Amino acid sequence: MFSFCTDPSVLPDWQWFACYLTNATHLQFYRAFGVVLVLLAITAPVALGMGMLGALALRSRFAPLVWFGKGYVNIVRGVPDIVFFLFVPIALGQGIEWVMHQINCPDWDQPIRQGNDFIVCREAKVPPLNSAAWVYQLYAFLMAVVAFALVFGAFAANTLHGAMQAVPRAQIETAEAYGMTRAQAFRRIVLPQMWVYALPGLSNIWQILIKATPLLFLLGIQDIVFWARELGGQKTSLFAYPHPDWRMWYFLGLLCFYLFLTWGSERAFARLNARLSRGQATAAGERMRKAAA
Amino acid sequence: MRTCAESFDAYILRALGRDYGENLLPRGLDITTCDQVFLIASGLIWNIYFAGLAIIIGFGLAVGVAVARFGESRILSPLAGGFIFVFRGSPLFIQFFFFYSAFVLLPRSGIDIPLGFVTLTVNTSALTTAQVGGLVVLVLNTTAYSAELFLGALRSIPKGDLEAADAYGMSGFTKFRRVVFPSMLRLAWPSYTNEAIFLTHSTTLVFLSAFPARQQSGEAFYYARYFVDQTFNPFFAYPLVAAYFVVLTLSIIGAFGLVNRHLNRHLPQERRARYRFRPQYLR
Repeated sequence: MFSFCTDPSVLPDWQWFACYLTNATHLQFYRAFGVVLVLLAITAPVALGMGMLGALALRSRFAPLVWFGKGYVNIVRGVPDIVFFLFVPIALGQGIEWVMHQINCPDWDQPIRQGNDFIVCREAKVPPLNSAAWVYQLYAFLMAVVAFALVFGAFAANTLHGAMQAVPRAQIETAEAYGMTRAQAFRRIVLPQMWVYALPGLSNIWQILIKATPLLFLLGIQDIVFWARELGGQKTSLFAYPHPDWRMWYFLGLLCFYLFLTWGSERAFARLNARLSRGQATAAGERMRKAAA
Repeated sequence: MRTCAESFDAYILRALGRDYGENLLPRGLDITTCDQVFLIASGLIWNIYFAGLAIIIGFGLAVGVAVARFGESRILSPLAGGFIFVFRGSPLFIQFFFFYSAFVLLPRSGIDIPLGFVTLTVNTSALTTAQVGGLVVLVLNTTAYSAELFLGALRSIPKGDLEAADAYGMSGFTKFRRVVFPSMLRLAWPSYTNEAIFLTHSTTLVFLSAFPARQQSGEAFYYARYFVDQTFNPFFAYPLVAAYFVVLTLSIIGAFGLVNRHLNRHLPQERRARYRFRPQYLR
């Protein structure tokens, strides 16, 4: 990184640290923080979308759809979600390969499960055999996104459904009196008003989502936990930057990173809540109205 | 192949270590269904150990932290607030890693703490085991979460109760013991039930994170993961461990429900605090 970094062993302290903290592996470590933020940025809208679909299913007038919604929400909420995080990627991966196998190799005559092996033909491998390492990493990451979206979608479905129910009944009755259809009343009256009721629950889910991101490590993704372990471990003089066991300091860094994230989002949600409460028929909205008057 | 009775003998206590069953875990094609059922069940010993001790120790500490936070002390209140913030704001998974890597840095021989008349030696090597070190992290974590619940309950104790206590001339510890504490406990109990459930669920993280499973003795989910790695079949071991946890959850709800009835026994039916299951697994 810096011009004076050619021989770290002779550098004074601060220059040594400057070089150490900007070497190639550390840059990968910093990129891993980006991976966490990308995961959050992708998962949150996807989970919210799935939650919306789940909530609509729970509200629908078509009984099988309601059963499906209830089944989804209750199964995911009732089982420890660490089980889901490890179960979904491997089960989904095997499911995809199985489907690919049925399509690509219809005349394969051996069973797919042989003892403890899961065997599909070459063409059915996902990602394709001999792909580059980054393809495997990306595939694992997408699997993780699906697992996170499934779990947090169920949480969000429950919260959003509750929020839709919480919109005052009189509002919907007024909409009906104006001759709106069910869909119109939902779109024009329920949808804009439900967020203020959903926000406390959603902010809670968001905090849990933040705190769930280190579990990427368990899915074999080179995330911040992986790099903190790699970089912090003791390095002998064979390495360019020998140092004793510094894992504690690296994990302290991660701890601060997460504290900052949760603290920041708590403040952001408080602001959003104030913004959404404006003009609402709730205690907070009433207080704002009185303060303005 | 083992019969079911043989695998019961070999693995039902295996989680306690090599001396309590087979030396090695079953491997590869040798794994039977009964092996999975019994070995994962034996892992529950540690889940119950971690959850039980953490809840008991954490309860006492949490009451202290909540009272300290609620009080008006200029030193204690921010200190307790900071403690709650740090442990609730960061993932338990990272806390395990951090404390483990801190514990291994402690001197092996133990630390001497001179107390004047006697010297206390802290056995630091025990702290690097999951059974002690992991428990310490779980206790600190549940203390923070429960303290937040108790704090909320302290804030919502009816004003009339406190005024009645004052009118009886109670003050200080008597007031706390007879009025504040019982009311706080009653109000917090439904959410504390959830806390106990999710603490139990988060015991699965102990061996998944930094702490080593010595002699391959781990908790239920550690074994489930082992079996999935061995058989490459996620459709048996994971649903099985999930089912075990559902049973564990239901027994916690049952036991805590009895306590809840006891705490609310003086109230008419419709004013009693009710329990609601609110999943919030990850912490």
